[in-house]
Amino acid sequence: MAGPLAQFEVHTIVPLQVAGYDISFTNSALYMGVTLITIMFFMIGGMRKVALVPGRWQSSVEMCYEFIAKMLGDTTGSEGRKYFPFIFSLFMFILAANLIGMVPWLHTFTFTSHIAVTFAMAFFVFMGVTIIGFITHGFKFLMFFVPHGAPWYLLIILIPIEIISYLSRPISLSVRLFANMVAGHTMLKVFGGFVVSLGALAGVMAAGSILPFAFIVALTGLELLVACLQAYVFAILTCLYLNDALHMH
Amino acid sequence: MTDNKNKSDQRKATLDDLNTRLNAAREANRPKQQGGLNEATTYGIATRLVAELIAGLLIGVLVGWYLDQFFGTKPWLMILFIIIGSAAGIMNVMRAAKQLVPKQPHDEDDE
Repeated sequence: MAGPLAQFEVHTIVPLQVAGYDISFTNSALYMGVTLITIMFFMIGGMRKVALVPGRWQSSVEMCYEFIAKMLGDTTGSEGRKYFPFIFSLFMFILAANLIGMVPWLHTFTFTSHIAVTFAMAFFVFMGVTIIGFITHGFKFLMFFVPHGAPWYLLIILIPIEIISYLSRPISLSVRLFANMVAGHTMLKVFGGFVVSLGALAGVMAAGSILPFAFIVALTGLELLVACLQAYVFAILTCLYLNDALHMH
Repeated sequence: MTDNKNKSDQRKATLDDLNTRLNAAREANRPKQQGGLNEATTYGIATRLVAELIAGLLIGVLVGWYLDQFFGTKPWLMILFIIIGSAAGIMNVMRAAKQLVPKQPHDEDDE
């Protein structure tokens, strides 16, 4: 049986080399494509026949829209509204990726369990938010690193701390999603292994595999919750960072 | 005369109604101060706080290490930035925790 970490392995499906760089089509890329197609199917399929009284599918699409629109409005106000498409795509992409990774039997690959993927997203958010901050406030955005009302001798310590704290944002954003996904999927696999090895024992001992099995059922529920929660957390923290860039507390 | 009075009352009522709706819409457009994660589960809160703490330290180490390479002052800047990074991590956690707690009306005012 494969080890609990084997599920995170990236395999090459179509080898591809461009100018000395390995840009092979991997299972990670495949599942990114699958995620995109799923989202497109969900969104376009739901809004295909736009009814005034929405059906189930249409209203679930509208629910996603309204959820993000409300979250964005609550955190950033009306100025943040033009960034809605980005936040919405980000949320849907992470949510769909996490949920597709939860599909059993098919050996689905959760690409959000790779720090390279989550860090790329978080870094993009970080750079974007910083650029937005400089565009809206000009060089006054640098005052963001100067805490109000602190005496000058404390500023020598506080400004580096503020800068480090600002720089740590993409790290905390990406590590949170990545660590949650890795921890959850590893735990599922480990307990899955317990079920198999206990079940392979002779006689009455095999009944012992019920315990880890029951645990897996509970854990799967928790993991579904975490999958949604982490997508939400990623999106709302992006909104909060955007709010900092737009309004500068 | 009574008819006229009635009409003006009615108009006032609709205007008042419009006013409240307008105010509600304006209020909805403003960012809420405590737009945070207060609905999240404890598990979510825990991972959030831990990630904030670690991220500050990690960035401190990285920045210190790079600056050391740049200036050739191994290992002093790294030690300095580990301390600053820890402070930044703790500050991140304090900020995140502040967002989690819904503001009480009788809270001591923070500026």
